[in-house]
Amino acid sequence: MSLLEIKNLHVKVDNHEILKGINLRVNAGEVHSIMGPNGSGKSTLAQALARRESYNVTSGEVSYNGKNLLAMKPEEAACEGIFMAFQYPVEIPGISNAYFLRSALNAIRKYRGLDEVDAMDFLPMFREKLKLLDMDEKLMNRSVNEGFSGGEKKRNEILQMAVLEPKLAILDETDSGLDIDALRIVAQGVEAMRNPERAILVVTHYQRLLNYIVPDFVHVLVDGRIVRSGGPELALELEEKGYGAMEAEARHATPV
Amino acid sequence: MITATQQLERYLESFSEFEKLAAGHDLPWLRKLRQNAFARFCEVGFPTTHDEDWRFTNVSAIAQTAFRLTCNRRVRPPQQELEPYRVAGVTGQLVFVNGHFARELSLLGRLPNGVKVSSLAGEISSNPGAIESHLGRYLDVRRDAFCALNTAFVEDGAYVHIPRGALVEEPICLLFVSTGDDAPSMSHPRNLIVAEENSQATIVEDYVSLDGGAVFCNTATELVASDHTVLSHYMIEGEHKQAFNISTLRIQQGRSANVVSHSVLLGGALVRNNVHPVLAGEGGECLINGLFIGNSYQHLDNYMLVEHASPRCGSRQFYNGILDGHAHGVFHGRIIVHKDAQKTDAKQTNRNLLLSDDAQIDTKPQLEIYADDVKCTHGATIGQIEGDALFYLRSRGIDEVSARKLLLFAFASECLDRMKQGPLRKHAEELINRSLFQMANSAPGASTENRREDTGRNWEEVG
Repeated sequence: MSLLEIKNLHVKVDNHEILKGINLRVNAGEVHSIMGPNGSGKSTLAQALARRESYNVTSGEVSYNGKNLLAMKPEEAACEGIFMAFQYPVEIPGISNAYFLRSALNAIRKYRGLDEVDAMDFLPMFREKLKLLDMDEKLMNRSVNEGFSGGEKKRNEILQMAVLEPKLAILDETDSGLDIDALRIVAQGVEAMRNPERAILVVTHYQRLLNYIVPDFVHVLVDGRIVRSGGPELALELEEKGYGAMEAEARHATPV
Repeated sequence: MITATQQLERYLESFSEFEKLAAGHDLPWLRKLRQNAFARFCEVGFPTTHDEDWRFTNVSAIAQTAFRLTCNRRVRPPQQELEPYRVAGVTGQLVFVNGHFARELSLLGRLPNGVKVSSLAGEISSNPGAIESHLGRYLDVRRDAFCALNTAFVEDGAYVHIPRGALVEEPICLLFVSTGDDAPSMSHPRNLIVAEENSQATIVEDYVSLDGGAVFCNTATELVASDHTVLSHYMIEGEHKQAFNISTLRIQQGRSANVVSHSVLLGGALVRNNVHPVLAGEGGECLINGLFIGNSYQHLDNYMLVEHASPRCGSRQFYNGILDGHAHGVFHGRIIVHKDAQKTDAKQTNRNLLLSDDAQIDTKPQLEIYADDVKCTHGATIGQIEGDALFYLRSRGIDEVSARKLLLFAFASECLDRMKQGPLRKHAEELINRSLFQMANSAPGASTENRREDTGRNWEEVG
């Protein structure tokens, strides 16, 4: 059984159909990359899987870990092990990063019938992860993402992922706006989490991140459909030729 | 509907009775103070919404109700009923029941030598000279009818005297309990707090109610912050949702005095909190920090009048409001910079969260500047809980109700963060948490069994 199985998924946002029949199968231990031009529906797919309510699923099925993902609320999906790293992490003044992360961890632990972690035990638990992401412990006492640089925000997303240990991680354009040093740190953080029980979906516009997180499969998303799938070499081909050729192909193939 | 004349007649009846027997009725200066104040009240009557200072707050529900002074002054709730209102980590607490000092319910605290915390009525009898030199010297009965009414019925409340150079570390806690009565009852607690030069203290006024019923608490506090004092004042309104509460804090600040006023309005049906500092000495600093949280049909009015009367003073007003249901909030921030108050630095910020379509906020800055070298700024925002932030929290496993509560608490914590760490901040935090928890549970998305019924307003807006 696949960890994630998407069948003929259609999603509307503000009454516009963005995803027009996505089919995708992801097994535990695999890294898949979803690539595509702007507006192709990459982020919509990520948000729909994270169960954002304003993303209206009009038809299709998504089974995750044997359960119907489309029946879950965002918090249920998270507790079941889905994590999306946001393209634009949200600033939340007034809530400290440490408090937020501990609340999230405890919500998930509680869902799974585990004991809550108290404030004393919390920070020491993941000092190593902070170090891996080259993050200053001081950031934990600041409000969530408030006044963080772009790189700090993205590293904070990966830190959350490292602490919450999801079964399915979705990185929504985590590379956008990152300089090469920050990109390496973020990629290193993700690579460290790669294991046979976990699947990772890397949503990206460019191939660069894939130099550091080498995917097992690459899918090209154009106009709400996956138009090609292949191995890592497909990403390189795209980098060389651009999306133009595939977009033209897709238009040609679109039934009228 | 009763006429204005009938209203006055009723108050006249109460006043004549009160005046004969009240503490200090034989002191000519006090008699005069009461009579002048009552005459002023008769002259102006209750304000209407045509009055600029009362534009957003209709008090006709108070004017139309036949409130009487509580007949039985000896009402004493059992000790254990007060337990929830004790402040953890503080040993002392003065308790006032329907405006009258209740010695047997009060707790003696640890106070440095020379610091006096007692009942105003007691001091009027035993120490009238000290009272005469301050009482009614700062609160202006011409400002509004409620100040006049309070002064007309002035008798009991807290008297706090902090001698020169004293450092009072433990907060001075004052608890005002209304017990309700068969008939609508009113009380007019009056507090006089005199801090002498270079002293430091923290005072909290907690307003709570034990039973339902129509109660009208019209309280006033004169706070004298002499030169170089450092004072914090907390006002926490936590009465039941049918109570009327009008309060005025009049602060008189001397040279380089540093005063912080925190107001937390959580309870009450119709609440008006006036904070009126006069920065009379050079180099004074005043921070006015407030939070109001309302739901159902609560009306919470925050009125600030900050008078800069001397050069080089600074004032800061920060008020955050959270309104749900049909609640109506008001922020009226008036700053007057007098002619000689050069180098004034005044700032005012009001931020609001409206959680329902029917909640309403009126926010009004009013700057009157008669000096030419000053810095005055103001700003107001009105918003809702942000969908992005809510989704962000939920996508990390936090359920919707908890996520809402976290976001509301984060907004409220801007106000809490301005309070010094200690038992009072903890106390305020607990009360705020409780209010927000109720609010988050009743918000959209909360399960129906937790949803509270909106009981509607128990009073009508007339006129």
